[in-house]
Parts: sequence; structure tokens; C-alpha cells
Amino acid sequence: MNGPHDLGGMMGFGPIKPERNEPVFHAPWERRMFALDFAFGAADNQPIDANRHRHEKIPPPRYLNSSYYQKWLESLELRVVEPGFASEAELAAGHSVNPPIHAHGLLRGSDVANAVATRWPYTRPAGAPAMYAVGERVKTRNIHPIGHTRLPGYARAHIGTVERVNGCMVFPDSNAHGRGEDPHWCYCICFAGIELWGSDADPALSVSLDLWEPYLEAPDPT
Amino acid sequence: MEPPRHDTHEHSDHEHEHDHDEGSMLSDTALRVRALESLLVEKGYVDPAALNILIDTYETKIGPRNGARVVARAWTDPSYREWLLRDGTEAIASLGYSGVQGDHMVVVENTPQQHNMIVCTLCSCYPWPVLGLPPVWYKSASYRSRAVIDPRSILTEFGVTLPAETNIRVWDSTAEIRYLVLPMRPGGTENWNEDRLAPLVTRDSMIGTGLPLAPDEARQ
Repeated sequence: MNGPHDLGGMMGFGPIKPERNEPVFHAPWERRMFALDFAFGAADNQPIDANRHRHEKIPPPRYLNSSYYQKWLESLELRVVEPGFASEAELAAGHSVNPPIHAHGLLRGSDVANAVATRWPYTRPAGAPAMYAVGERVKTRNIHPIGHTRLPGYARAHIGTVERVNGCMVFPDSNAHGRGEDPHWCYCICFAGIELWGSDADPALSVSLDLWEPYLEAPDPT
Repeated sequence: MEPPRHDTHEHSDHEHEHDHDEGSMLSDTALRVRALESLLVEKGYVDPAALNILIDTYETKIGPRNGARVVARAWTDPSYREWLLRDGTEAIASLGYSGVQGDHMVVVENTPQQHNMIVCTLCSCYPWPVLGLPPVWYKSASYRSRAVIDPRSILTEFGVTLPAETNIRVWDSTAEIRYLVLPMRPGGTENWNEDRLAPLVTRDSMIGTGLPLAPDEARQ
């Protein structure tokens, strides 16, 4: 979706302000929020794609005015209430009234070290050979899906070069919506800065993105 | 020019102030998080012990010191460097760093011809096993919006000036591939071993918004 999260190329946000000796968390509630989000993943077992889409759907004014962990909070509250893990009233009270529903699993303290260090590859067996090869020119499609996509607006309808074939990977556009992993080939595509931003762009700039085959087409013959 | 009023950095500071006096002056946000935690624990969906261990893990165990070990090893061991650039995931895992938000690692090497910078314009994807959780500026709208269109201005704000002819390659983390920059080894460290080199490797140098410390900077 063309949401407030799709920030590449926007202007006016001002200078970047790195913080010296920045702490990992800036408030006690951020610590708890981070850990709750992580731990609840064992209970609801939702793909990260669905979670990203939940963030994208936060209305633009609130999205841009919320800190990172405030967005996590808004998203986790929805993850709890929408499937019925708890009611709105229970959430408001911070107290359980109804019995819990079946959860996928529970992350115990003794499981954390393993859960943190375990790799969950996103590559899947391919149903067909990759359509494009390293060095080949491709064009991104001019698409504006209303659901989740990982093709940013600034990289649509542009020509780039395949730099790496990442493998056949879980397709977020399907997986975020409960339509299955629907794996597709994923490629690292390199674009010249002047291709993306026009002739005023820094000629020494190039930008690479990891993009799935359904985002791509053969460029017009030249 | 009007100062930015709504970036996430300022918001965090704002929340921070409210949390100083926990118990009597909790912000709405802090109260909501507390209610959510109470509820999820009471219903048995989360184990409080797991929460505390998760916090401790990401505050004290998983952070940019991990990535610095990877870089220092690559600087001193040519065969490791070659492996790291060819198969980042396995080469990094061999040092004990793997897992969540590092399932597919690609390491990109800075050279005199090319400087690399990492961003996630769509959310805030970041290589947790080697760098820990991202700093606030990395998650800010300022950084996410500008990195792909004008990275040189960002480098200037970080005090990094590159020769005009140095190409800048920005890697937008749009899939589950996570990137780590292998910065150039500072001059004057020719006989240094891995343990001595690792403290020169800053977090920002592995994101591409900074350079490693010079030997005289490290002594300070």
C-alpha cells in the first residue's frame, strides 16, 4: 500500500540527530514493549509480514508522530484483540476476565537463548527456474497494491540490473494476508541514482533493493 | 528553517522524561504497556521470566561488539574475509552470531572506489545478531527518507566526507536479507591483531554512516 511507511525520497524531516552513548532502550516501558512483542510471537505465530502490514496501516498522521516502540504497542494491541486473545475491555483494564484461548506456543525463559539464536531461513524450494540472471536488465512494474508490498514507491517503473539471485523466498505480498508463503524468486537489483531520481541526482549514487519476481518485468526493447 | 518537531527521536526523549518518576507520573504509553503485560502474563500467553531474559540479552549480549569481531577477523584473516563476502550468513555464524533478524546475511565491502550504506526505507530492518537493536536515528523518518536519495548529506551530518569520485552504494533492506558493511581497515594498524583492532570498529562504520576509529582516536 502507498502508506506513510514508504518514506524513501521524501523530504522535510530535518537533520539526523545521532545520540552519543545511546542506550538500547530510552524508557522502562520500551524494554517491556520490546520483550512482550518478541515473546507473544510464540503465542500467535504470525508472520513478520503481517506485523509489518499492521504498522503500515496506522493512519499517516499518527504513524509519523509515533516513536518506534509506540507503533509496536499499537500493533501488538491489535494482535491480541483481533484474533480474540483478549477483549478490548480486558486490555483497557489490564486484567483477565475471560479464560484464555488456545495459543500456538509459549516462550519460556529457558527457551529464550535458543529462540534468539535460531535461524529461520526464508528460502523455499522453487517451483520453476529463476526468470532472470545476474547482469540482466529488468524493469520494476508500476503497481500500487492496496495490501502489503515490499516494492517501495520510489523504485517502481525503473530499470535496474540483477546483481544477485537471493533464492526463492517467502513472498510478503501473500504471506502478510494469510494467503500462504507463495514463494517467488527474489533478486538484488541495482539502480543508478539518476535512473531513480533524474539527472540532478548524484552521478556517483546507486541503490540496491531486494525484489521478488512478481515486481519485475522485461524492460521495453531498446 | 523550521526545526523538525515530530521525529521519533524527540518523541522518545519526551516519553523518557515522563518515565523518570515511574509510578506516579507514567505516560499513557507506559500505562498501556503495563496493562498489556499484566494481561498477557495473567492469561498465560507470555512468561515473565522470558521477558526479563530477552531484555538482558539485547541490552548486554547482542550488540555492535559482535559485528566488530566479525570485521576485525576479516581484516586479519584473508580466507575469513573471502568467506564472509561469499557467504556472510555462515561465516558470521561460525563466530557464534546468528538468529533473529540475521537469517540471511550479506556483507558489503568498502573500497577506495565504493562506500556502502545500509537503510530500510519501509520499516527499520537491521542485522540484530551483529549490531543489536537499531539506534533511534536509524529508525527515524529523516534517515529512512533521505538515505536513498541524498546519502552524501547524511554522511556530512555524521562528519564523514568522501572524495566526490567515490561511488556511494545504498542497500535498501526490502527483503529478509540483512546487510553489514565491512569498512576499510584504518592506516597505521599494520601489525595489530584482531583483539586490538576490534575496538576501532564503530557501530556506524558497519552501517556506513561512519568510518572506523583511527589508532590515535582509539587511545583517547
